[in-house]
Amino acid sequence: MFEQVVTQTVRQTDAFFGPEVGWFALSPMLALLGGALAMMLVGALTPTWPKGMYALASATTAGTAGALAMVQWDDITDNGPATLVGGAVAFDTLSMFLTITICLAVVLVSLLSDEFLRGTPNDGPEIYALFLVAAVGGIVMASANDLIVLFLGLETLSLALYVLAASNRRSLASAESGIKYFVLGGFASAFFLYGVALLYGSAGSTNISEIVATFQTGVDIDNPDALALAGLALLIVGLGFKVAAVPFHVWTPDVYQGAPSPVTAFMASAGKAAAFAAMLRVLVIALPFFRDDWRPVIWVLAVASLVVGSVLAIVQTDVKRMLAYSSVSHAGFLLVGVEAAGHRAGEADPGSGMPSVVLYLMLYSVLVIGSFAVVTVVSRGSGAGDGDSSLESFKGLSQRRPLLALAFTVFLLAQAGVPLTSGFVAKFGVIQAAVEERSYAIAIIAMVAAVVAAFLYLRIMVNMWLAEPADGVDEATAAGEPGGLRVPLSAGVAIAGAAAFTLFVGVLPGWLIDAADTVTAYAR
Amino acid sequence: MIAAIEPSWYLVLASLLFGIGAFGLLVRRNPLVMFMCIELMLNAANLTFVALATKLGDINGQTAVFFVLVVAAAEVVVGLGIIVSILRRRPGATADDLAELKG
Repeated sequence: MFEQVVTQTVRQTDAFFGPEVGWFALSPMLALLGGALAMMLVGALTPTWPKGMYALASATTAGTAGALAMVQWDDITDNGPATLVGGAVAFDTLSMFLTITICLAVVLVSLLSDEFLRGTPNDGPEIYALFLVAAVGGIVMASANDLIVLFLGLETLSLALYVLAASNRRSLASAESGIKYFVLGGFASAFFLYGVALLYGSAGSTNISEIVATFQTGVDIDNPDALALAGLALLIVGLGFKVAAVPFHVWTPDVYQGAPSPVTAFMASAGKAAAFAAMLRVLVIALPFFRDDWRPVIWVLAVASLVVGSVLAIVQTDVKRMLAYSSVSHAGFLLVGVEAAGHRAGEADPGSGMPSVVLYLMLYSVLVIGSFAVVTVVSRGSGAGDGDSSLESFKGLSQRRPLLALAFTVFLLAQAGVPLTSGFVAKFGVIQAAVEERSYAIAIIAMVAAVVAAFLYLRIMVNMWLAEPADGVDEATAAGEPGGLRVPLSAGVAIAGAAAFTLFVGVLPGWLIDAADTVTAYAR
Repeated sequence: MIAAIEPSWYLVLASLLFGIGAFGLLVRRNPLVMFMCIELMLNAANLTFVALATKLGDINGQTAVFFVLVVAAAEVVVGLGIIVSILRRRPGATADDLAELKG
């Protein structure tokens, strides 16, 4: 008896074949991960690197990964989408578009962090390695074809972000934002995981391809499985927290305000992109069968986010907090796109909901990093450490640093959705997608919310261009004294690059829209 | 005569554990206890995975638990690190004391 079991086990071991991995197809992730590990290892074994080298290494790694993703893009458009590692990872233009977005975010945030970290105990490889690891997590989320893989990516991203949020050890606000993010993020992850477990019970698998196959063939349409619906509800709660949709947004302002500004920029760009990619994977790609159940929920979340985000942003007095609420309202716009994608999810012609969301994610990522980069530079100039990001410190910025004020104006106009900026292309995309699906009500609410939110951006602009700077700040700037405003070279490059991208895409959006349109041919 | 234990009992138990965890997180004010509540919620999900895997006769639900265990362990490291860094500066701080950021 025992021998039989042993031989059986041995025979099973003999018969085990590892899945086909497709290493080159995974090269963007592997490059980021390898870069993070190399930075940690080499950084630990060598004396402090010369000025700026850590940031350069991180930006180069992310740039390489982005370039590799573009190489993969050509492969996908030539040979069609596929799944990798035994169906666990999707290899399609959706994942590559998000990979490029996240890599772009890492490049910009690395440049921004360089000068910000100099002279603090954090000036080392660790912060950059965490950015790279977080990027890997985000990319795994965007390319997951299995809900457990998606959960692992979510946790990789989140754990890195918790540490990054709490990384400024001199600041009590940073620690507080870290623990708030950790507790609420863990809460959301648990909801997500429980949702995955219940869905597994209903579909018999966590693999997205198999989930889709089960529901297409197995379930009676009048009798949807209670287990699956409960799982769906829990998944939406978990994802709602991660994308910061109202009513799950309460952590956003505190965490965005307390975290170091470059980290906030990263959370608002790469974190949001990854969370929305996960939402598309789970709702639109894995659960199109339940689209009539989840679409009304997304509708409510979208409207609540649009209204609450825009209105609460206006009454804030801290610019980082304003931008946090504005990011909640941007989440509302993105949800408008998700709602539009829900109308024809799973059909042969899925409509323009998904392309509009991924395009929005890329354009918004660059915009928001640019905005937070200006906040970083200004608040750094007005005090030690993370400094003062109140609206007061932006008064008269146009007289102190005209170019910086001009760049911030570009970002704010783009966030408001003014034509000839990338923000207009993004907002027009999601609203057009909603109109195409005859969701007129949500499209109108979105446009009204855009007008309300514009007031917020104008308020910051008025303070920059029309108000007088506080006494003594001018002289300090002119003399280059502490308290004066100095724009570091690397941060300047990041801001200029983001502003150039914003205007360029605003004038010539066609190529990017065409690229985004291909994401509807996803793998599963 | 004792009735056979069915997988669905474990599902009920898991949902109770998840509820206790979620409720505890909302009412307790000690950061460490809140953290334990999160772990309880994750383990409730684990129990659900195992019970459903038994019910379905499928091994994949049980392997998922191993991945979740690794994630929970990593979360302990990060969470305790953050909590210790706060409590070292402000001994005995509760969630209500951490109210520097508001508005």
